[in-house]
Amino acid sequence: MDILQTLKDLWLDSGFSSFFADGGWKNLIMIIISCVLLYLGIKKQFEPLLLVGIAFGCLLVNLSYFGPDSTDALYHPELWTNFLNPDHADYHSYGTILTHGGLLDILYIGVKAGIYPSLIFMGVGAMTDFGPLISNPKSLLLGAAAQMGVFLAFFGAAASGVFTGNQAASIGIIGGADGPTAIFLTTKLAPELLGPIAIAAYSYMALIPMIQPPIMKLLTTEKERQVKMEQNRVVSKTEKIIFPVIVAMFVILLLPSTAPLVGALMLGNLWRECGVTERLSDTVQNALMNIITVFLGISVGATTAADSFLNLKTLLIIVLGLTAFAFSTVGGLLVGKLMYYLTGGKVNPLIGSAGVSAVPMAARVSQMEGQKANPSNFLLMHAMGPNVAGVIGSAIAAGFLLTVFG
Amino acid sequence: MNPTLLATQAADSGTKMSVGDAAIVALVGYGVVFLGIVMLMVILYISGSIFKKRDAKLAAAKAAETKTTPAAAPTAAKDIPAAPGSAGKVKLNGIADRDAALIMAITADKLETPLNELRFISIKEIK
Repeated sequence: MDILQTLKDLWLDSGFSSFFADGGWKNLIMIIISCVLLYLGIKKQFEPLLLVGIAFGCLLVNLSYFGPDSTDALYHPELWTNFLNPDHADYHSYGTILTHGGLLDILYIGVKAGIYPSLIFMGVGAMTDFGPLISNPKSLLLGAAAQMGVFLAFFGAAASGVFTGNQAASIGIIGGADGPTAIFLTTKLAPELLGPIAIAAYSYMALIPMIQPPIMKLLTTEKERQVKMEQNRVVSKTEKIIFPVIVAMFVILLLPSTAPLVGALMLGNLWRECGVTERLSDTVQNALMNIITVFLGISVGATTAADSFLNLKTLLIIVLGLTAFAFSTVGGLLVGKLMYYLTGGKVNPLIGSAGVSAVPMAARVSQMEGQKANPSNFLLMHAMGPNVAGVIGSAIAAGFLLTVFG
Repeated sequence: MNPTLLATQAADSGTKMSVGDAAIVALVGYGVVFLGIVMLMVILYISGSIFKKRDAKLAAAKAAETKTTPAAAPTAAKDIPAAPGSAGKVKLNGIADRDAALIMAITADKLETPLNELRFISIKEIK
């Protein structure tokens, strides 16, 4: 037995030698990025439930995948390229993925099939009280206005000439501040950009307390921020039960492509409100939500293989994503100001910024800024209306983009 | 691994758009979101008004019922025993029971004192 040859084979077979191979340095950079994301998730608590999983998925894929020859990789981007190529023998072949894929390839099937984002939406629906929205339907307008960033970022990305229409639509949806919707749409329209888009979406959602307040202060006056809003009417149980049925029927009939997201969201909410399915509501809110979060985080992280992540497009996506977030906040605030003037100062425009979805973080930011201006101000419940309206608004925006580009 | 699975560069999805087309899609998209939301808002207003009317009818019927038996209510209220550890009754001036409970809970939380160690004499809304 040739000991030297064995040691040499062992070295060549190891991941360490791959760092010195062509393009291996990119993996090293991605490993550093994954460690930074882990730091942000754990130490700074930026959306930790998802970011820690995404960061670790990123770490795992860049430790095991160094190119198409990496037979032991946990995730194989080339399998998914072939899966999407109509001219390839493995086009839409889940059998090939199951046979040749690694652990993360198999988990990624749930993302590719749109299962995880829909199930997350089911959990969100079961956790959300739509009462503030039902008692004040005007707040839906703020949820619509706050989709401005989606379409501005889409326009910016498409007009840049760097991105295709499908990719621009996926980048724009970052402005919806809704992680599952962004993942759902990107998987359908531009799966090659899933990694950077998911990371940008969740990072900016975590950064809402830093991104929104300067814009809120810039666009509102001290007097507007001090406005105390009247208490909303109490919503009856029957109204809360009927609401998810009405929304599901109306939105799905309007835009059938929203059915997986809106259907799951409203089913989760119906389980919560109907009062006879408490066990299901509890499971969806807790156990199922946690299980899907585990699968979603790690498999989205796996899409950040160095070859596809480290490029100019990722940098542009990060810039456009921030623009989308900022302009969505602007859109909500501007309509909030309009409502302030039209109602003779009864609406605090700060609740407009909560229209960017990101439940309940954006509503909390409205509450905090309102209380800074007037310590006796309690805007949280008023901001929850636009906040949950933003979820519906971003689902409609995604449905429109899916209809146009899907 | 199957040799036919070897990588090809990930292709971009879709085709590039002209600036004009992108502007039209963006404007129409924003419009569709507003249209959908406004239609939903109208439906919610209609269903809300139906429920408000129904609730008003139920409240009126309840009020009429209590008018016919005016003596029963105070007697029943008197008979309700105070909760264990209760510090007595609180006088509410223009405040709903639910809001009063909320105010007392917030006060106890801010003072970091258990609720049953505090005594609220009256709560009045300052307008």
